[in-house]
Amino acid sequence: MSERILSVLVEDKPGVLARVASTISRRGFNINSLAVGPTNIQGRSKMTIVTELESVEQVKKQLNKLINVIKIVELDPENTIESEVLLLKVSINKDTQTSVIEKASLSGAKSVDVGSDYAVFEMTGASKDLDKLENLLKPFGIIEMIRGGRIAIQTKL
Amino acid sequence: MSEEKLSGAELVVRSLEYMNISTIFGLPGGAILPAYDPLYDSPIRHILARHEQGSGHMAEGYAQATGELGVVIATSGPGATNLITPLTNALMDSTPLLAITGQVASEAIGNDAFQEAYTVGLTMAATKHNYLITNAEEIPQILLEARHIATTGRPGPVLVDIPKDILNQKVEWIEPKLIDLPGYKPTLEPNPKMINQAADLIKKAEKPILYVGGGIIHSKANEELFELATKFQIPVVTTLMGRGAFPDGNELCFEMPGMHGNYTATTSIQKSDLLIAIGVRFDDRVTANPKFFAQNAKVIHADIDPAEIGKIREPEVPIVGDAKSVITGLIERLEGSDLKTTDWINELNQMKKDYPLSYIQEEKGPLKVPFVLEELQKLSDEDAIVVSGVGQHQMWISQHWNFTQPNTWLNSGGLGTMGYSLPAAIGAQAAYPDRQILALDGDGCFQMTCQELITASTENIPIKIVVFNNGNHGMVRQWQKIFYKNRFSASELTHHTPDYVALAESMGATGLRMIEKSDVKKVFEKMLEINDKPVLVECIVDPEDMVFPMVPAGGSNDVVILNEDDLKKL
Repeated sequence: MSERILSVLVEDKPGVLARVASTISRRGFNINSLAVGPTNIQGRSKMTIVTELESVEQVKKQLNKLINVIKIVELDPENTIESEVLLLKVSINKDTQTSVIEKASLSGAKSVDVGSDYAVFEMTGASKDLDKLENLLKPFGIIEMIRGGRIAIQTKL
Repeated sequence: MSEEKLSGAELVVRSLEYMNISTIFGLPGGAILPAYDPLYDSPIRHILARHEQGSGHMAEGYAQATGELGVVIATSGPGATNLITPLTNALMDSTPLLAITGQVASEAIGNDAFQEAYTVGLTMAATKHNYLITNAEEIPQILLEARHIATTGRPGPVLVDIPKDILNQKVEWIEPKLIDLPGYKPTLEPNPKMINQAADLIKKAEKPILYVGGGIIHSKANEELFELATKFQIPVVTTLMGRGAFPDGNELCFEMPGMHGNYTATTSIQKSDLLIAIGVRFDDRVTANPKFFAQNAKVIHADIDPAEIGKIREPEVPIVGDAKSVITGLIERLEGSDLKTTDWINELNQMKKDYPLSYIQEEKGPLKVPFVLEELQKLSDEDAIVVSGVGQHQMWISQHWNFTQPNTWLNSGGLGTMGYSLPAAIGAQAAYPDRQILALDGDGCFQMTCQELITASTENIPIKIVVFNNGNHGMVRQWQKIFYKNRFSASELTHHTPDYVALAESMGATGLRMIEKSDVKKVFEKMLEINDKPVLVECIVDPEDMVFPMVPAGGSNDVVILNEDDLKKL
C-alpha cells in the first residue's frame, strides 16, 4: 500500500481549507482524498488527507508551516479505523428492483429512498467496500453518486 | 469609568507606536484613508512612495538593512495587488515584513465594489500568513501577532487586511495579550543528538565546506560562524543571500558558488566530502542539477524551517534550529578537536590562483562593470550598504565587491525582482541616514521603478545610484547570445534611451555621467561628496560583456564555463 493517511488538526478559522488546498496545489502534491469537519474540541477542526507515499514528508512539512495548522499525525494503517460515507442513486425497474435492493443490502448499504424508477442507497464503511457497491450496481445504471471523503481515527490511545 | 473610545484607524497607528515602529512606507487611497488621518499626528515617519511596489521594496530594504520589521501600508484593490511582488520577494528571501492594507467596507466585500480585490486570497501564497480583521477590537492583538509571525522562526511577510468600516469603528483599546499561537512554535534549539552526530562527521571530514546563506544573517550568527570556521579551519562559501555573513578577504572565504559563482567556490563543493549547510536551501542557482551536486559529500543540513530539510537533498544529518544555536552547539562539541584540513585549504587556494575572476579594462575601451565596481569600493566607506537590481550587474557585484559585514548587501535573490534596487536603497537610507547607501542598478531594472527617485528627493534621502547602462537587458542578451543564436528578441533598450542625467535632475537629484576610464574616479568622488540629496551616476558600459563563470541552468557544477571560448563545451 503506497497510501498514507494524515490526520490534521487545524484552527477552525475562515480560510483554513483554502490555505490547505492552496498549499497542496501550489506544491504539486498528489492528494487522493480530503475530508474536513468539526471535532469534539471547540474551535478545532480535523482534516483527513490521504496522499501518496512519495510526497508524504513534504506534505506534512509544508502544511505544518501554515499558522492555523496545529498538529499533523500520520496514522498507522495497522491501528486505524477508516470510514467514508456514500450516497448513490441507481436506475431500477419492475424487473431489477428486487435484485438491486438485495445486492445493495447484502453489501451493507441502506436504502433511503425508493421510487418506481430509481433507488437511493446510503452506505458507510471502508472505501474499498464502497468501491465494491459501486461496481455491483454499475450494470443497473448509476444516475448519481457522491462520496464524502475518507475520515480515519487511530484505534489505540 | 470606561476609557475613551478610539477608531480602528487610531488603533492601527497606536499599535504601530506600541511596537516602536519609527518609519513606515506607503501610499494612501480610499479604503485606507481613515488610517492616514491619525498618522498625520503621529511621530511615526511615513515615507510616501510613488508606486505601491516601490513602498513594498522600501520596507524590504529597511528590513534587510536592519534585520528588523519593515512596515508598508496601502489601500485596497490596486494598492494591494501592487504589493504582491514585494510580498512574494520578501517570502522568497525571508524578509520580515508587515503589510497593512485597507479593504472595502465589510458589507461590500464580495460584491465587486470599487477598488475591491480579494487581498487575503491573492496574497495567501505570497505571505507567511495573512489576516482579515472583522472587529476593530482585534486590531492591536492581530498586529502584534503579525509582527511576531513576521520576525520569528524563518522570517517572512505578513499581511493584515482591514475593511474601511472597521477602521472607522469606535472601540476601546484592549491591551494585547501574550501571544499564543497553537500552530506556530518555531524550533530554535537544535536537538543535541543531531549536533553530536554532526560534530562526529565534521571531526572525520577531510574536505569539509561550510555552505552558508541568508539564515546566518537573519540569525545574526556571523560571529559564531567566524569562530567555527577559523577555530577549526573549515573553508566557507557564501550564497548570494549570505554574502557578508563571513568576511571576504579571509583566507577561508571562497565566496559565492553556483551559476555565476567563482570556479573555486563551485568546485569546492563538488570535491568536498562533507557539506555543512547552514541557513541555506539548496537553491537551483547554487546546485544546478541537484543530481550532480556534491556527489561525493555527506550533508549536514541545519535550517530553522523544517520544510527546507530534505526538499532538494536528503541530508545525512538533519538539524532543525536557529543558526546561532546550531553553530554554538557545534563549537562546543568540536572543542579540542584538530581538523586536518590544511591540505584541503591549500588545494582550494591553489585553485583560486589558477582560476581567478578576471576582466580586462582597456585604457580607451568601454567601461567594464567589474572595474567600475572595484574603483567605487576603493572610495566608499567600509560599512557602505550596497543595494542591487537583478541581472548581470548583480552577479558582478556579488563576485567583485568585498563584503565584510552582514546586512551590507541587499538584493532580490530568490524571486529575482528587477526594480528592487532603488526603492530598497531608499528603505535602507531611511533606517541609516548617515551611512553610504549605494544603489547599483542596471538600466533595465532602473526603468522599472525609477519614479521612486522623486520619493528620495522629496524625503531628502541622499542615496547614491549608479545606473550601469549597457542599453540592454544584459542577462537576457547574454542568454540570447549563448542559447538563441544571437537573436536579440526584445532585449534591446537603445531605441529610446532616456537621458539619465536629465532624468535625475528633473526628479530633484544630481545627475552625473561616466563614459571612459579616466572619468571613473573623479565622478565617484563627486558622487560621494553629495550628501544633501540623491545623486545618480550614469555609467555607460560595454553591452557585449558577459558574466563568467557560468553553469547553464540544469547543467552540472562539474562543468564550469570560464569564458567565452569555453562556451564551445556546451
